[in-house]
Amino acid sequence: MPTPPKFLGIHASPPNWLRWLLTIIPFALLVIIYALASDTRQRENPSDKLLPTASKMYDAMQRAAFEENARTGEYQLWTDTGASLRRIGIGLGIAALCGLLCGLNLGIFIGMEHLFLPFVTFVSIIPPLAVLPILFIVFGVDELAKVVLIFIGTFPLITRDIQLTVKKIPREQIIKACTLGASQTSLAYRIVLPQIMPRLIETVRINMGPAWLFLIAAEAIAATNGLGYRIFLVRRYLAMDLIIPYVLWIVLIGAVVDSVLRLILRTRYAWYLESQE
Amino acid sequence: MKKGIRSLIITAAVSVLLASQAIAGSTHRIAWSHYTGWEPWAYIQESGIMDKWAKKYGLDKVEIVLVNDYVESINLYTSGQFDGCVMTNMDALTIPAVGGVDSTALIVGDFSNGNDGVVLMNGSSVKDLAGRKMRIVQLSVSHYLLTRALDMNGMKEKDLTLINTSDADIASIFASEVEKDPKAAVTTWNPLLMQVRNVKGANLVFDSSQIPGEIIDCLVVKSSAPEALKKALTGAWYEAMAKMNSPAGSKEALEVMAKSAGGTLAEFKAQLKTTKMFYAPAEAAAFAAGEQVKKTMDYVRSFSFEHGLYGEGAPSKELVGIAFPDGAVLGDKANVKLRFDKTYMQMAADGKL
Repeated sequence: MPTPPKFLGIHASPPNWLRWLLTIIPFALLVIIYALASDTRQRENPSDKLLPTASKMYDAMQRAAFEENARTGEYQLWTDTGASLRRIGIGLGIAALCGLLCGLNLGIFIGMEHLFLPFVTFVSIIPPLAVLPILFIVFGVDELAKVVLIFIGTFPLITRDIQLTVKKIPREQIIKACTLGASQTSLAYRIVLPQIMPRLIETVRINMGPAWLFLIAAEAIAATNGLGYRIFLVRRYLAMDLIIPYVLWIVLIGAVVDSVLRLILRTRYAWYLESQE
Repeated sequence: MKKGIRSLIITAAVSVLLASQAIAGSTHRIAWSHYTGWEPWAYIQESGIMDKWAKKYGLDKVEIVLVNDYVESINLYTSGQFDGCVMTNMDALTIPAVGGVDSTALIVGDFSNGNDGVVLMNGSSVKDLAGRKMRIVQLSVSHYLLTRALDMNGMKEKDLTLINTSDADIASIFASEVEKDPKAAVTTWNPLLMQVRNVKGANLVFDSSQIPGEIIDCLVVKSSAPEALKKALTGAWYEAMAKMNSPAGSKEALEVMAKSAGGTLAEFKAQLKTTKMFYAPAEAAAFAAGEQVKKTMDYVRSFSFEHGLYGEGAPSKELVGIAFPDGAVLGDKANVKLRFDKTYMQMAADGKL
């Protein structure tokens, strides 16, 4: 019997070392291409701002993170991160909570479904950025509006996702619970709710992307701090030496949050992951 | 196999580099964005004036490209996508010059003479700004204007809170905010300034006519740009200026500009009133060579340095040199990156183009 190929074809079974290598290749390529392009530009013009060298980015980040800003007396990176995380945490947190409750009820109670589902579907298709001026007038442009934008951008999608998950629960199980004497509320909150919790974590993970998008859009429009605010502010003088590390920092935060959520899934809802396979 | 991968990496890297280098061709590209004093570029392009002057100096083509985002147009110029771009004196210093792109202010087109202003609700002087929240595009000429206004009234930026607000939304935000906040305040430029002044109860407490000649709008080109390009651009500009300023030709030219600005002829004319256009090249050349520009640029570089526009790690405002027509240099003589040049405006004035 021939051994399966290491890399090519549908039967490939890369050994462990190759798996790591394959993962690293695209990243390494990106870094190499960047370094070469940056080096070419820096050689032509040592003050080039478009593709700064790693040491310039390190310096800029060092100042942002560990030096008090002379004018404001703040540690810029931490103030920005704190403000942004607060907004995204509140916005996405409330969206998850409301989405869970709404999705659960829409999924179980047929009357509710007919009353609200078409409406939620309608709202979920509206691009929130397109109705931004209305949001400004209704909610102002301060913290509330930023949180609301994140909420509006993620809540309908979470609701629909949860509703669909509830729908997939076998009808037999629900009938059985009723036969065993479950009331309608205990059915909803004691039989169905525990089953959809892992899906809620999954959908929050998926909605992190849109939430960041809306956060940065809101901060670009009107703000006094935040990661998106900083990026759009220093863009005014093409300070890519700060923008690139800020973007990497956002990616890092996103990745950490994502793996924490995955960890919760793995430890608390192992049965869910098994059922997905 | 390994050799294959290595050569693949090198090929990919080289092709990306080549693609980014191959943009410069025999045609020249100039970027512009919407602003009262720059609308003539729309006319220059549309009327064929540019083609005519390009031909005269033996250039294949000079494209005047509208980039619908002011800062982005400067960033594109700075990163090498254009040979020239319109911008204010402050942005010319802080974006291309600080970014190491040796730039020349080829044409001094106008200065803001009321086009930028500070507006607040229920107040009548700059002093009333204390403790308020101010909507502003931070680090822009608005910010510079506000700093000058505060300076002249013995106040500091710390006396108020600045909220960085996108110019796309600043007017509508201000208009909707005044209902809830009787202390709303905003600093912006035209045509947005007109809109916010029209809000009931809003007062203009400071505008750029109180610091005349400090917010200068120029056409900036790479200092290394060919002589022919500099001549063609200057020639085309002053032909358009002559048209604009002549009783016979002005209507046609102004209509094209008003349309490009997205307003009526009357609105455009109103905006021109707060813009001090240098229609005559001699006047522009004299202004560029004057003492005032030096004083202004000193203010501008101090402001820029103090606000971190030289980069937060920059050692001093002397870092970048600014050269003036009489040979004087402000800052580092060995690192001159912004040059005010009256040569070509003077040629236009002398009829030598």
